[in-house]
Amino acid sequence: MATSLSKITAQRGISLAEATRRIADLGWLPTYAQQALKYPTDYKFVKAPRDPMKQVLRSYFPMQEEKDNRVYGALDAGLRGNMFRSVEPRWIEWMKLFLAIIPFPEISAARSMAIEANVVPGHDLRTGYTMQMVDELRHSTIQMNLKKWYMENYIDPSGFDITEAAFGKCYATTIGRQFGEGFITGDAITATNIYLQVVAETAFTNTLFVAMPSEAARNGDYALPTVFLSVQSDESRHIGNGHSTLMAVLNEPDNHLLLERDIRYAFWQNHAIVDAAIGTIIEYGTKDRRKDKESYAELWQRWIFDDYYRSYLLPLEKYGLKIHHDDVQAAWDRIIKKDYVHYVAQFFSAGWPVNFWRIDPLDERDFEWFEYKYPGWYKKFGAWWENYRKLSKRGNPPIVWADTGYVYPHRCWSCLVPCLIREDMVVDEVDGQLYTYCSEQCRWTHKVAFASEYEGRPTPAMGRFSGRRQWEEVYHGWDLADVIKDLGFVRTDGRTLVPQPHLEFDEREMWTLDDVRGYELRSPLVDLRQMTPEDRERHIAEYRKGFTVHKV
Amino acid sequence: MATVEERSAEAGARKFPDWDSRRYRYYQPIGRKATLYEDVTVDVQPDPDRYLLQGWIISFADGTPAYSPTRTRLKSSDWHAYRAPDEEWERPHYQRQSAIVRMIQQAVANGRAQGAVSRFDRDWVHILQNHFSASKHAEYGMGIALMSGQRDGMTQMINNSILVNASYKLRYAQDITLYLADIAPDLNGALDEAQGKEHWMNDELWQPTRALVETVLAATDHLEQYFAINIVVEPMILELFRSGFIAQAAALHGDFLTPTVVSAAEADYTRNMVNTVTLMRLMAKDPVHGTHNQGVMAEWLDHYLPLAQNAAQHLQPIWSLPRMKVHGFQDAYQTAVSRVNTLLAEIGLDGNGGENS
Ligand SMILES: [Fe+2]
Ligand SMILES: [Fe+2]
Repeated sequence: MATSLSKITAQRGISLAEATRRIADLGWLPTYAQQALKYPTDYKFVKAPRDPMKQVLRSYFPMQEEKDNRVYGALDAGLRGNMFRSVEPRWIEWMKLFLAIIPFPEISAARSMAIEANVVPGHDLRTGYTMQMVDELRHSTIQMNLKKWYMENYIDPSGFDITEAAFGKCYATTIGRQFGEGFITGDAITATNIYLQVVAETAFTNTLFVAMPSEAARNGDYALPTVFLSVQSDESRHIGNGHSTLMAVLNEPDNHLLLERDIRYAFWQNHAIVDAAIGTIIEYGTKDRRKDKESYAELWQRWIFDDYYRSYLLPLEKYGLKIHHDDVQAAWDRIIKKDYVHYVAQFFSAGWPVNFWRIDPLDERDFEWFEYKYPGWYKKFGAWWENYRKLSKRGNPPIVWADTGYVYPHRCWSCLVPCLIREDMVVDEVDGQLYTYCSEQCRWTHKVAFASEYEGRPTPAMGRFSGRRQWEEVYHGWDLADVIKDLGFVRTDGRTLVPQPHLEFDEREMWTLDDVRGYELRSPLVDLRQMTPEDRERHIAEYRKGFTVHKV
Repeated sequence: MATVEERSAEAGARKFPDWDSRRYRYYQPIGRKATLYEDVTVDVQPDPDRYLLQGWIISFADGTPAYSPTRTRLKSSDWHAYRAPDEEWERPHYQRQSAIVRMIQQAVANGRAQGAVSRFDRDWVHILQNHFSASKHAEYGMGIALMSGQRDGMTQMINNSILVNASYKLRYAQDITLYLADIAPDLNGALDEAQGKEHWMNDELWQPTRALVETVLAATDHLEQYFAINIVVEPMILELFRSGFIAQAAALHGDFLTPTVVSAAEADYTRNMVNTVTLMRLMAKDPVHGTHNQGVMAEWLDHYLPLAQNAAQHLQPIWSLPRMKVHGFQDAYQTAVSRVNTLLAEIGLDGNGGENS
């Protein structure tokens, strides 16, 4: 409308800059009781961050409500347009994994704002943190709702129906937990500003919330794009929060050493975790094999290498910060030269009996696309996927126990993705205990970064890796059928498995507990620790040589 | 070629085990049927006591895990039992907040268009400038405390309740700020926007309130903060001032606008109060830890209630400022006291703290 009420009545209003200045003045320095720093940090602040975005809650809420209306309208439209008649089940199955993981990082990001607001001085950016906090509530519940919608309308709801329980149990979702717990533990600034905002949100949300929607649409899923592009539209605010806070942190030269550590840790963890999950879903969860489509490697080059590394990280050097160019290069090499995503997909398919989603075998069209985008792919992975397709029929052994030449991988103690690039696997001791890592950077993360001292400087606020991090250790020596029962990945008939190595929606084709009994699960790390030093040396050398899969 | 019918991925296109398992089946709804709020909230924050097989995997330096029951003195035999009566999740939250924002903006725009602000009693404007404006800092302080508090609850249901409470308080603090900024131009310099903070920081009347707010902010126990804010500070100070003074006195002084702003905060409080009482009642009646929890809450009450009573008494002179007298301070104060007693009785703390007057 051209004329508004305020135009007719010529009401004078205050500018947004004036409004935000007044709101920032709501805060004060307490004099009667000192607010305790509940969450520790080793960082120091000499100045408070500014708010460049100049937003107030009274414009925020209606804007978000409007976005919501579009999102829920799109879900209704999806049903009216009979989306599920033509959607690709291969794609929706992977959403059982992805949507089980993602609400947890979202709620963690909401918690993260409590911590950040608690330790960052000043009140300029409080509204920014507040909006992010409410945004993250939005993201988690909107995603839970989308998942419920799939469960109600998709042909096979099994796996969606146990989603949050499955999240707590699965080997793959623990990787997502490493991602989300990083937002809320350890050094407050490391967790909230660097790990969450400066790296996860600024660098990697594009792959999460933009690449995923494109691929969804190509598979006939018109619901996810609306939800996730709407989520992504909140990210620029979070990136802004991150950048302003980072500028205040940078202002104190004493912080630079910690910043170098944290950007290094955060970049490598994000790469290892996000690229593993999203790379696999986008490349292996799709039926769309048009050759003019960008591959994950091509997307990575654009978003991570050009937009993030060149335009965001590199300029930080002018403040005297050391950026680890070699790590960005190493991550790029892992994706483009060392087949990181392909090995992850292979691993997820190897683990299909302990998943809670189905993995569709690949076919000739898939092979052709992979070979076109990644020349040499078929020679390395063709036999595996031929085997997978063949062994997906009931009556065969689960593929890990079939004689294919595949060696079940060690798991990385840091990123929790296995040590899939065999030649890069590293072994080291921390506090007298032996650990395996996927890479030198992950070894450094556990042993050097997550410690009480960094390069001679005490870091009492830094977090620690804890818990039963190694999933295989929990079930070391168990029978596969018992593992699946314990995980709860059995359908309500008490025998049919939730996961299936195919998309057959036919009871006769579906694997049951009887089909997976008699196979023993072992933890490679437990076995490694029990070896004599000589055997261990030999085993590691052998492991680093890799394996060759032959057709069964 | 398969026909469309054959390859449909629609619900019911094929029948096989669990083809019709179409509800989240890992938790027990409170009612007969799961609500949408429960579906999008329950178990989103995991717990090693439920499904978290490998436990929490990153800890603080001292070994405290991501979420720890040691973050509050209250204990529970089942943290997951609590459901928020307001059933708030993202969509209703934005709808409600937006409705409030629109209501206030329309009321202010209409009022200003009709010249309503210029008809405010000049002494009343002075009260808005010094005291209504001072109160926005108290509201803001509570919002900040809750924002920090939503980090630590043991379930998503608890943290969401504290989170939306923070969102409401921070919105209301901004409502007051921007409302005063909006009407100031119509008062031709009669309203000095800087006076609110000046009074908050230095006026003797407000200092015990500021001390109380800072005490709540300094607490590190999130449920202590949640309890202190909604069971003590809101009724004894904030609601007392909003409903017991501003809402009643405004109209008598030609001000029909300010009550609109204030009424939103009362509606917010009603929801947050019911949430808090529900959670605290669960804690007080916990089959294992009920007695312990009642003792802790009684200690909190002993700590905060005298501070709040003293702070309220210090605000008393504000009731004598308007030209037109409203119900006296004592009436309002008695209403606040009985409100607190009602809340305590609801929680099941009447034996411990009900004798206050
Ligand atoms: Fe988010
Ligand atoms: Fe790793």
